Parts: sequence; structure tokens; C-alpha cells
Amino acid sequence: MRIIPFLLSLILTTGLIICLNRQWGGLKKTPPFGQFLSPQHGFWQNAEPVGQHIDEQVSLPGLKGKGDVYFDENLIPHVFAASQNDACYIQGYLHAKFRLWQMEFQTFAAAGRVSEFLGPGPDNNYIKYDRSMRRLGMVTAARAALAEMEKDSTVKADCDAYTAGVNAYTSQLKASELPFEYKLLNYSPEPWTNLKTALFVKYMAYDLAGHDNDFEMTNARSFFSKEDFAKLYPETQDSADPIIPKGTHFQPPALLLKEPATVDSLYLGHPMTVTAAESKPDKDNGSNNWAVSGKKTLSGRPILCNDPHLSTNLPAIWYQMQIHTPDYNVYGVSFPGAPYVIIGFNDSCAWGITNAERDVRDYYSIKFKDESRQEYWYNGKWVPAEMRVDTILVKDGLPFYDSVATTVFGPVMYDPTFPGFSDETNTRSYAVHWKPADPSNELRTFSRFQSMRSYSDYKDAILTFKSPGQNFAYADKSGVVAIWQQGEFPAKWKEQGRFVMPGEDSSYLWQGNIKQEENPTMLLDNDDNGRGFVSSANQIPVDTTYPYYLGAGYPEYRGLIINRKLSDMNSITPADMMTMQTCNYDIFAEMARPLLLRNIHEARLSEDEKNYLNIFRTWNLNDDPNEEGPVIFKYWWNHLTEDIYDDEFSKSSLEMMRPYESTLLEALLRDSAYSFIDNINTAEKETLQQVVTTAFLQAIPDLVAAAKDDKLTWAKNKDTWARHLLQIPELSRTHLPIGGGVHCINAAKKLHGPSWRMIVQLTDKTEAYGIYPGGQSGNPGSPYYDTFVDKWAAGKYDPLWVMGPEEVKDQRVKWAMHFSN
Amino acid sequence: MIKFFVSIILIALLSFICGLFLPWWTIAVAAFAVIALIPQKPLAAFFAGFLALFLLWGGLAWAIDAANTSILSVRVASMLYLQGSSILLVLVTGFIGALVGGGGAITASFMLTRGRAR
Repeated sequence: MRIIPFLLSLILTTGLIICLNRQWGGLKKTPPFGQFLSPQHGFWQNAEPVGQHIDEQVSLPGLKGKGDVYFDENLIPHVFAASQNDACYIQGYLHAKFRLWQMEFQTFAAAGRVSEFLGPGPDNNYIKYDRSMRRLGMVTAARAALAEMEKDSTVKADCDAYTAGVNAYTSQLKASELPFEYKLLNYSPEPWTNLKTALFVKYMAYDLAGHDNDFEMTNARSFFSKEDFAKLYPETQDSADPIIPKGTHFQPPALLLKEPATVDSLYLGHPMTVTAAESKPDKDNGSNNWAVSGKKTLSGRPILCNDPHLSTNLPAIWYQMQIHTPDYNVYGVSFPGAPYVIIGFNDSCAWGITNAERDVRDYYSIKFKDESRQEYWYNGKWVPAEMRVDTILVKDGLPFYDSVATTVFGPVMYDPTFPGFSDETNTRSYAVHWKPADPSNELRTFSRFQSMRSYSDYKDAILTFKSPGQNFAYADKSGVVAIWQQGEFPAKWKEQGRFVMPGEDSSYLWQGNIKQEENPTMLLDNDDNGRGFVSSANQIPVDTTYPYYLGAGYPEYRGLIINRKLSDMNSITPADMMTMQTCNYDIFAEMARPLLLRNIHEARLSEDEKNYLNIFRTWNLNDDPNEEGPVIFKYWWNHLTEDIYDDEFSKSSLEMMRPYESTLLEALLRDSAYSFIDNINTAEKETLQQVVTTAFLQAIPDLVAAAKDDKLTWAKNKDTWARHLLQIPELSRTHLPIGGGVHCINAAKKLHGPSWRMIVQLTDKTEAYGIYPGGQSGNPGSPYYDTFVDKWAAGKYDPLWVMGPEEVKDQRVKWAMHFSN
Repeated sequence: MIKFFVSIILIALLSFICGLFLPWWTIAVAAFAVIALIPQKPLAAFFAGFLALFLLWGGLAWAIDAANTSILSVRVASMLYLQGSSILLVLVTGFIGALVGGGGAITASFMLTRGRAR
């Protein structure tokens, strides 16, 4: 033996293997390259052969009957199961087979466990995120929901079956077959549990009912005078067109609320500043839905449309499927992570969902006795706070221990040890009261939706739905069209929870819930002579005669254009609805343009500048992909907003939000001498004409720069993505040629937009269309990873094929799976 | 020469079988074992291991990539700063396997070859 060369080569080879077997890098780590590149273990195993499908036989222990799944050319499964329970079993299996990593990732995000596989993140942001999700009480809320769900024998059995289905798939999974992202990040899935399903449901509650501006509003109220505050943050907008038409009569409130005696001295009139910064979901997590009755359609039957606006992620939030059982035949989209079809239709009716956007998250300022935060002042004495220690595991690091106090108001979200995402020190403590933390069983609603046949079934199904509050639109083949804003909403006295509330006595607690039958609703039947449609687009649900306080900040423009269009339309066909759902008309620009053109001082402009003005003047008001008008408008309006507000706002370092676009527009339309127009830093008193012209001139360099970067057209300037959940550009679909925007019906923003466009005409044979920005497979190595993205961007739809049991031999069936016990 | 080619084939075969059931790095053990059975001079052994694994990993990757029409390799090659080139990614895959295979093989050779002076 040649000892030295032998030892040398042994050490070098072993060293090489060790190097290739570990992850490298700081915050962003490489995959372990040996494992990752091995064609028999690593990512190559995720590169699916194109066009090759082999029929499979799968044995699922505990499945009660036989099940067959037929996949069409878009990999949409058409499930034929012996019962709802079997269908849930198979659905769990399919979700896992096509979306496992995403399902687990979302529940980790819900439970505040992101650091566990991504590490601490830049500036410890992943740990901060985990702390905020846990402090908000996501896990406690999911456990409470689970207990409630498991009291319902149907939902419990269905969740059990779903969980068994997921685990039947994962338990036979070899390491080489793990989804791509597990290999990239070097970890493995855990067994699925019903708690994970509950966590997913709570994640949606967070996404849709986790938004508020309490801190910013508290600061603004302390900084601005009462008059200025009212001008900056009006509770309602003049032009708003509520979901339930203005003038609808409401009964007096069932619950009489008692304002605290100290409301002026300790709350509304008491200045307070907050340095903590909240973590909150996208404020535009909204949606459109509408349903028109038969008298407005060509077929004489209702048409229902829905497009929920969520983050445009890859893998997409939705998974499309048909489920056929002896009791029902339902088609639509499901959430990987939960059983049932969530938005869709069956042989009798269709339903669609939008977010209610009610404020159900309030903060209370807590006075602790000392730094240990073990006792707090409540109703005139020191009372003990419950303390818990959360252990946050951190990949390649020490665990982080977070001590969280819980008060009668709820858990302490921010305190001196945790200012949230703020860089400033926070000396105070704020407890959070969040409606979705209450026990509830939302899955019951969807469990019943699958088989509902009539309006009374629908009413019964939504009855128990608590969080996140939604506008459920409904239409059926008998001609009924309806909408309910459903949820369990706290009954609040005026401005309760708009600001951080005093947390020292019980008078500021929520006093009760609005009764379910008091929730806003509208029903049209065949004999109805009303307007012939229901609609919602996250606008304020009712007018000011509604007997409860509703908070502020509802977006209004999509609702306006939808109602205007539906009022004007007749003999509607599904094709008309496609045009409408993908409409890029910018009603905000329609209202703002005359104001801008009226006030611009054209004599001050050069020829080049006039060219831009002319493009804007002759723009057709559509935010279409190739238009330059929306880009000019965007920069112009941004500078106008800055010029009007920044002189005042920059006088404070507090976190505050600029007023909504609608607030500024309505203020200027109402009063051309709006007091904020004057720049308080100059001796001169500026006029509207001056600021409008200045803002336009300030926009010119932006436009010149945009033109240089080929970003002068709207789609390129806005740059919509279908982005991978890990935000990796190479796994995303970037620079999609799609128009629209936040005020358009086609609400496609940069990373957010119509996540499922659906149109259902309830003729005897249902005629339905749909599309979502993703693909049925979550695997970036699958030809089905982004199937629908280009069609979605182009505003096209696929006809939704409701397959009959006799169509097994249809040529649209590409592949089958057969399940048995 | 025949020994050389036979060992290439055997290393590739054994590595493939190991890969079906065992961790990726057992390719080094496979190369080591084959050279231990069919001893060769260090340089020849290294190349036998190197080529066997280059062909096995590169070949498998190439075949998978062809069937996948490069859907995934283009994405991964962009992530790994390989300009989105599938071919480059296939070559890198082959090269990494080859280094480990060659290392296993040459180690076995050094173990068996007699030292010149003691």
C-alpha cells in the first residue's frame, strides 16, 4: 500500500463528498450539490417525461368504495367517488401528489415555522414573521377551530379522510420522489394532520381578515387636528355604491351598545403614538363576484361570476377539480391543504366568494406592573397575565424563545421585546383582539356547498361561517340569485377599534356580535322587479343607515364600474361576462382626468411635455397592456399626492398612511381650495393649478426614464408576475403581458390579481368557463406547472368540462387512476 | 485495456444499482470496490472511475432532460448561474459524479499498489 497517496486520496475523496453533502452560503444557502445533482436522487428526478402518463392502481386502506379519477389534457382530475367521505380521501391524495410542498409550506407559514427551514432571514425577518404569527395566536386559533370542526361528525370524518389521503401518498414517497423544493432547501415533509388543515383555514383568515391600520390611524389622530384628520381619513366616500343598494331599510339594532364613559377623555380625545409596526397581508386581497338574474341574460337563466384577488403565486393557490358522488356533482377550485371545492358549481347552483374587508382586528394598550409583564392593570387592580414561552426553531441556529403574555383582551402582540417590523424601540405593550381566534367551523359551509340544491340549503350552509367574513354570491337553476355578507362580526360603537384602545378596563371590550340575520343580504327571485343582479367588490356593504359601525377604508371603484356595467347590460351571454371580467377600464382615471386636464397650465409646457399630455388626453381610459396613458397617469398622480401631502406628513417621524386615492380625488373635486394643497414650507399659497402642473412636470423625468427602459407601456411598467412562493425568479413566470390594475375589474397588479376567473351559466346543461394563473402541477419540472398562465394573461378562458360517468372513453381523458381499498 | 473498459462498465453498473437504494455518495464506494477487485494503476483507475460516473450521471441526466424537453433543467441552470444552459448543467452533473467516482477509484488503486521503497 502506498500509504501517503492512499491517505491523501482517501481524505480528498471523503472531503469532496462531505463538501458536496452540505449546504453552503450565509442567509441564502445552496442545496447540497451531490444529492441535488445526482440523477437518481436529486432534482433530475423531478423532470417529468413529457407526454407520458401511465394509468395507476392505488390502494387506499380505509376507502369505503371504489374511486376513479380521469385526468384531462390540462391535468384536471375528474373524480368519481362512492361518497363525500371517499371523495375527501382521494382529494387529499391528489393534493399531495401534485401540491405537497406548497401545502406544507403554507401551513408552516401559518404556524410561524418559517425559520425552521429557511433560517433567520435577512435582518432576522423570518424570525420576526414567525413571532408575529405565533403572537397573533395562529396556532391557538387553529387548535380552537379544530376542536370545533371535530364536534361536527361529517367535517371530522371528511378531514380524517383527507388527512389519510395525504399521508397515503407521502408515506410511500421515496426520498428521490420528494418535490423539488424539499431538495432545494434540504428538508423533508412531516405527516399531515387535521391540525394542518385547520392551520390552512386560519391562514386564509389571516390573509383576508388580518388587515387593519390601527397604529397608523392612532398616530395620525395624535399628529393632525381633528378637522384635518376628518379630511384625510373620511369614514365613507361620496361616490361609494354599497353591495346592498342605498336606501335599503334596516331594522333597529338587536344589540344596544354602550359607549365607554371615558371615550372622549381616554380614547378619542387622548393623543397616543405607536412605534411598533404590524405585519399585515396585502390590503388588496379582495375580489369581484356578481350574479345576474335570468331577466338580464340571453338564455333566461342566471349567470354567476367570481374572481377572487389573491397573490398570483406559483404553485397557484387553487387546484381545479370535479368531484362526482352518488349525491352530487361539483366542479370548481379547491385549496391544496383543505378538503372540498371552495368556489364552484354543482348540477343545481353556483357560488362565488369575495372578501368582506371588515375590521376584525383591534389593539389595546396594556399597562404592565413591571418588565416581567406578569401583572397588568385591569378594572382598578393588578391582575396576573398568562405567560407562555414559544420555541421557534431556526435552521442551522439556536432556537429562539419568545415569552408572550396573554391578557383578557387577547395575546400581547407587541411589547418592549418585540416592536414587530419597526426599527424603533417600542416601550409599550399592545394586546390584540382578533375575531378569527374565536372557535369556529368554516369547513362546514363548504361541506354543505358541495351538495346544496336550493336557496335554503345555501342559507343553512353559510349560517355558521364566522371568519374571514365573506360576500357569498349564489345563483341556481330555478332562477334565484342572492348575496349575503356572512361572518361573525363584532358589533362596535362608533370608531371602536379604529385606533388603539385603552386596555385598562372592561368597557372597551367588544360587547357582542352582530346577529347573523342582521348581516347585509339581497335576494332576487324569478318575480323580482329589482335591478336584476347582485354584486360585490369589497366595497362598503351598506349605506350609513345600517345600525352598526363598519369602519373605514373600503375600496369603491371596482364596485362602481361593475354596478354601472351590469345596470346597462341586457341579453347577457357568458362571452359578455368574459369581456367584463377582463375589462381594463379605469374608472378612477375617468373621474380624475377631467380634474387634471382642467387644472394643468399648458402654457408652461414644452413641446415634448405637451406630447405626453396629449397621449394622456386622448387615452381611451383602458389600462391595456400597450397603453402609455396609464403610465403617465400613475406618475402624475403619485407626484400630485406627494406634493399635496408630504409637506405635512414629513413633519412627523411616526408611521402614518397617506390617504386613499379616492379621498384625495373626492376632496379635490369637492373643493379646489383643499387646505392641504398649500405647501406649508413656502410663504406662497399654492393653488390647485400650480400643484397639478408641478406634479406633471415632476412626472416628466420619470416618463423619460421609463421610455429609456422600455417601460412606458402599461404592462411593462406594471410588470405582473406569477411568482414562486420562495420568490425565486427562475421558478416564476415574469413580465406577463397583462393590463388592468387595482381600480379595474381586471385587478391584476404586480404580484396579485384575479386568482381564479369563473363564469357559470345555469342553463339545464351548465355552461361554465374558468382560468387561473398557474397550472395543476406544483412541480417546476412538469409541463403542467404553468399551463394556464399565458391564457390567463391574455384574458382567455377554458370551457369547464363537467364529465359524465359515461364519458370515460372520451378523447379528452388522457390518463386514469383507480383507487380501491 | 480490456480491464480498463470492463471496470468502467462495472463501476457504472454498480453505481447505478447503489443509486437505486443507497445515498448518492455510494458511487465512490462502488468505484472503490470495482477497482479493488480489478486492480489498476492509479491514473488508469482514476480515469476508469471518472469516465464511468461521467457517463452514468451525464448520460442519465441527458436522457431525463431529453424526455422532459429541458423544462426543469433550463430553470435550474439559470438558478445555478449556468446561463440557463441545459447542456452545461448535464456536463456539470456528469463532472461532479465523475470527480467522486474517480476519487473512490484512485483510493482503491493506491491501497493495492505496492510502495516502491519501504
